[in-house]
This record gives sequence, C-alpha cells and structure tokens, in this order.
Amino acid sequence: MAVIVPPEKTAVAQAPRRTARRSRRRPLVLNVLALVTGLLLWAVVAALGLVENLPTPLAVARKAGGMLTDGTLATDTLASLRRVFLGYALGVVLAVPVGFLMGWYVTVRALIEPYVQFFRTIPPLALIPLTVVLLGIGEVPKIAVIGLASFMACVVASFQGVIDVDRTLINAARVLGASDRIIFAKVVVPAATPFILVGMRIGLGASWATVVAAELIGAQEGLGYRMQKASTWFEMDTIFVSLITIGVLGLLMDRLLLLAERRLTGWQERR
Amino acid sequence: MTNGTGMNNKISFQGVAKTFPMKGTDFTALDGVSLDIADQEFVTVVGPSGCGKSTLMSMAAGLEAPTAGRVLVDGRPVTGPGPDRGVIFQQYALFPWLTVRQNVEFGLKLASVPAEERHRRADRAIALVGLDEFADALPKTLSGGMKQRCAIARAYAVDPQVLLMDEPFGALDALTRVQLQDQLLATWSREKRTVLFITHDVDEAVYLASRVVVMAARPGRVHRIIDVDLPYPRTEDIRLSAEFRQIRNEVWTSVYHQQPAAPAA
Repeated sequence: MAVIVPPEKTAVAQAPRRTARRSRRRPLVLNVLALVTGLLLWAVVAALGLVENLPTPLAVARKAGGMLTDGTLATDTLASLRRVFLGYALGVVLAVPVGFLMGWYVTVRALIEPYVQFFRTIPPLALIPLTVVLLGIGEVPKIAVIGLASFMACVVASFQGVIDVDRTLINAARVLGASDRIIFAKVVVPAATPFILVGMRIGLGASWATVVAAELIGAQEGLGYRMQKASTWFEMDTIFVSLITIGVLGLLMDRLLLLAERRLTGWQERR
Repeated sequence: MTNGTGMNNKISFQGVAKTFPMKGTDFTALDGVSLDIADQEFVTVVGPSGCGKSTLMSMAAGLEAPTAGRVLVDGRPVTGPGPDRGVIFQQYALFPWLTVRQNVEFGLKLASVPAEERHRRADRAIALVGLDEFADALPKTLSGGMKQRCAIARAYAVDPQVLLMDEPFGALDALTRVQLQDQLLATWSREKRTVLFITHDVDEAVYLASRVVVMAARPGRVHRIIDVDLPYPRTEDIRLSAEFRQIRNEVWTSVYHQQPAAPAA
C-alpha cells in the first residue's frame, strides 16, 4: 500500500498568504457558482423529461411573471407574511418574559417547565386538527399554531440564556452594590441576549415551516393555500413559484435577524 | 479606631468555619480560621488547592456566609456584599457588552454618582491603571492583562477601603504578571487600601505582602503566618535580593512541606 503524500503541501505553506479581501470574496463566488449550476441542472433535467411533470426554470419564471402582474403572488405573499408576523410576534413576545421568569425564579420554572417540555415534543403541525375544532377555520387557529411554534423555540432559548449567565458576572455586579433588580436588568438581560436572538431565529424558521401547513386548512389565500390548490389542478409551475417565494422570504427574514444579532451581540468574544 | 476585637483591625476573621453539604458527610472547606488584618495592610494568602483560600475571600466579600464564627470589617459583621469592599476576580468578570469606561462607571452609576463626577472618577481610575487609550474599547479587544487592569480600575473607581483579590493574576503569563504586580504595588502605595490577596504563587505572595498567610488543606486552616520584613516600594533589586530569597524559601517550605494532612474521608 502506497503512502500518499500531498505533493503541494510544502509549496502551499510557502505561498504568500491570501489577502483577507480575496478569501472573503471567494465563498460568495462559490455560492453564485453553485446556484447557477443548480439552475442549469434543473433546466437539463426538465428539458430531457427525466422527472415527470417537472416544469422548466423558464416556465416557472414565466408563471412568476404572470402571478406578479395579476396580483395573486402579492396577495398570497402578504397573507402568509401577515400570519407569520402576527403568530411569530405573539410567540416571541410571550416567550421572552416567560423564559426569563423561568430562568430567574425556581418556582416559576418548576411550575412551567413540565408544560414546556411536554408541548415541545408535539410538533405544532400535529395540533392543527385540534385548533380547527377549538378555534374554527379562520385566521385565529393559523396564527395560534404559528405562535405556539415560535413560542416553543424561543422560550427554551431565553430560559437557557438566563440560566447560563456567568455567575462571576452576577457576583461582580453584586459586590459593586447592585440589587437583584439591577442585576436582572443590567447583567442578566444583556448576557442572555445572544441566546434569545438564536431562539428568535429558530422560532422564525419554525413559523415559516408552520404557515404553509396551517394554510392547508380553510384558507382563501396564502402561499401554502396556493400550492395546495395548484396541486389539485396539477399546476406544477405555480407550486414552484410558491415554494421559491417561501424560501426566498424565509432567507431574507433570517438574514435580517442575523444582521440584528451582529449589531446587538457584537461584543461577544468568538473563539 | 478601637473595637472589641482589638486594635485597628480592618478585617477580622474570628473562628470562621465553612462546611458545604455533600453526599454523605459534609465537606469542611474551612475550620477555625482566625486572622486579623490591619488597616492599610497588604496581606497575601497562599496555600495548596482546596485549602479554602477563595472561600475566605468570598466570606469577606459577603458572597458567602460562614457556617460558624464571624467575619468583621471595620468591627461590623459582614452581612452581604457592599461597595466598601472591592473584589477582583481571577476571571476578570468584566461586562463584555460594556466598554472599559462603562465597566469602570458601573459601580459609580449604582452609587448614583452624578454624571460629571462619574466621568472624572472613571477617567482617573482608568489612568491609574494606564488604560487611557483603551477607554472606549470593548473587553474582547483587550489582552488578559489589560482586562485585569480594567477590573482593578472598576474596583478602584468606587473608592473601596478594602480590596479583595482572588488570584487576580493567576491566568496571566509570567511577564505580564510581574508587570501587574509592580503596577498594583505602585497604585497601592499612592492610595493605601487594605488588601487581602489570594494567590497560589509563592513569589507573588512574598513580593507583594507585608505578611504572608500560609494555609493548609483538608480542612482549610491557617498553617503559618510569615512576616515579610522587606521595605516598600518593592523593586527588582528586592525581588532578586538574598533576603527575598530567604523569605521565599521559608514560605515555599511551609506551603509544600506541610505536615501530612489528615487522610481524606
């Protein structure tokens, strides 16, 4: 068995170090390259008819244009966005204080944790039939399920954030004369912020995942509803337009949160 | 000032014991520790790990309560933390989301010091430790030594009469440690405080202190107290002198060649 020695190893070590600028641009180039390759692959597979009923990228683009001009895409997107925003906001606004209380007060934690741990194991989607029975088929059950999904993702993160606050930081504040209230506001909240933001990002993903399924029940518009309807009519291009829209919107919202995270938690030491 | 405990004692440990509940038997971290520290005295505590030297400091800081005995500061029993005692931790414990200046002003804000005076006192404390150029930097951009200087400035800013330091230079490299020792002594001689300094470094213990308390482990207790009859300011000459070496050897022997401790349960 031959031992393979990488021949360029020494040469690479001696080569001048890449400038920071170039190495930062490189992933972007690769990202774009991967996207273009994927599109080409899709076009080839569709053109050759390797997958039955697969629309070509061009057909999907044309359909997207049509849906843009007749306004259905905007209506659907707005309807889905509204549900995501309302449900997500509801979930986060409830989750952060509940998580804080759970982390700060042992009693609150003992009272709430069993429920959180129990409901966490149930996928929010599994609750859709129940919410339909309880809350009907209007907007309320959809927003409730999305809210629950983001709440579950976010509550554990903010609770964990409070628990994980460095004891020495709390002691440092205490010996400088800080009361419990001050320690909570000036030490625990900022120290837990990175955790909460991670929870918010996970919650956002969960919200998006849930909205599509929630719209399968008795919706009149929305990206999920559009896909459902299109599938009964075999409109593959419409399905693709909705899917891509969901993906792009989810990505955009995640990037926005990431940006907020960078601004708010730039003080963190990264190892 | 006189009190029931004797003369001029700033900090006084009186028959202090601390046990932690453990599975089965309780763990005795400290047992019957009595120690008096005079006003403006610089005392170092050195001993093997597990001798309870950090617990001693935590009790003076008011972060932990003794199981038996009393800890007095200025003749009054310690009931909790207070700004009259500044604490410096080994892990720096800077608030990473605040700049150097904001960290230093943290205690002043809590004491409701008006903004103008607050800035002035923070500037002074920052200058005292030589961090002027980094006043607006975040802790993540500072080296370990600079972080600890910032922590010292934060403690100094609230003007405590007592400084409690828990292995403050333990995580630093040897060169930085020597620099910070000299800086600490310089600061201390300019503005005298009572210092209780915990360390595991024998050289550091002797170089800084007028008295070295050597502790023994299992249970934690005072083994010996060794006077350091070397003049301040301490200089490199003193560090390299025969007298220093002699005291250092004495401390070393009593730390590393203690009577065998009682067998652990």
